[in-house]
Amino acid sequence: MRFLRPHTWAEALGAKAEFPDALPLMGGTDVMVDVNFGRARPNALLDLTAIPELRTWAPDGDALRVGAGVTYARLVSELADRLPALAAASRTVGSPQIRNRGTAGGNLGSASPAGDAHPPLLAGGAEVELESVRGARRVAVEEFFAGPKRSVLEPDELIAGFRARPATGPQYFAKVGTRNAMVIAVCSFALALRPGEGVGTGIGSAGPTPLRAYAAEEFLAGELADRWEKRDALPGPVIGEFAELVAGAARPIDDVRGTADYRAHVLRVLARRTLTWAWADHCEGGAGCA
Amino acid sequence: MRVELTVNGEPQVADDVWEGESLLYVLRERLGLPGAKNACEQGECGSCTVYLDGTVVCACLVAAGQAEGAEVVTVEGLADGDALDPVQRAFLDAGAVQCGFCTPGLVVAVHDLLARTPDPAEADVREALAGNLCRCTGYEHILAAVRLAAERGGEGRS
Repeated sequence: MRFLRPHTWAEALGAKAEFPDALPLMGGTDVMVDVNFGRARPNALLDLTAIPELRTWAPDGDALRVGAGVTYARLVSELADRLPALAAASRTVGSPQIRNRGTAGGNLGSASPAGDAHPPLLAGGAEVELESVRGARRVAVEEFFAGPKRSVLEPDELIAGFRARPATGPQYFAKVGTRNAMVIAVCSFALALRPGEGVGTGIGSAGPTPLRAYAAEEFLAGELADRWEKRDALPGPVIGEFAELVAGAARPIDDVRGTADYRAHVLRVLARRTLTWAWADHCEGGAGCA
Repeated sequence: MRVELTVNGEPQVADDVWEGESLLYVLRERLGLPGAKNACEQGECGSCTVYLDGTVVCACLVAAGQAEGAEVVTVEGLADGDALDPVQRAFLDAGAVQCGFCTPGLVVAVHDLLARTPDPAEADVREALAGNLCRCTGYEHILAAVRLAAERGGEGRS
């Protein structure tokens, strides 16, 4: 095994081109588990933690550009105002020790259907920045995942970071697991309201990849179109139909963490809760909810 | 490969390090510092908690090569000679030790918590220690030790 430790992004891209089977390593919270247990024996580990530019984030036009090396701890402490659902999801990742090392970029690299960063990135309409010596490209998060733990990342490409617009309205993330810490989601859901514009959703751990609930987004956007200004109470049937459409968008399976039926139930509950919370916030932000 | 790092203020060199080796293995097996414990090897139990460049991490999930040039502080680095760190003293005084296996990781985690939040609320303590498991389930005395260390204040805390 080789241990490659580039100190610049250009060196990292060169190393990945030269050793396409090198396994990128950031916080190690997924990769090192597989190495420790003998499940991963790559020809090379490509450590990306010595590259300063990956650890930065900055506004770029009307979006935020967040480097792949920004830890969950920093997403919580530095970006909770601009990316509230992602920060909320980050708070639920592992433990303080894990959040000090793990990154949303690494979460994307692992591409687990249960990755906590994915539902908020989906709901927020984020794009993943991929780069190789051949050039850079941006992929919408919903196009990034190709299957369980698989993505469209080419062998010579690395994840540079992601781009997302700062929240223009309430955002929520909710997750069900066996305890509050150190838990892989049985099911998770993120909701982003964009007042006057539309709605974003993200489903975690209830399909072969993280998913958007397109029909639920379309339905709710239609229902909210003339309510953004009025800020009146959402009728129960609207919330119920949204919850049904979210559950209907999932493709859950039975596994050790839960059954498909339970996951569909959980999604209905989480969809209803997050919409109720988010709409209450929206109403409070105006003249007050009826 | 060779890894050079600073551990508890001393420059250290580890040779013949396997590229997939963890910082925990280097500390325990190559540098003779068995304080950080090896248990789950998957970041679940917190018994290998150390400071890496000032933040607490699971040493089992840090590749040795990632610690090149880094400043590591282990539980062995908290006491000042024979004078225990106040967190260690509080663990002793509160009887927060049963089998002792989780203790080093907890001591480092509590040290970090009180350095950042000298007077933590109960919820802060539980959150800060959520990644440290005690299989003896001695949590009540551990929480008592945290409160004791916090009450005694930061005097002498390194």
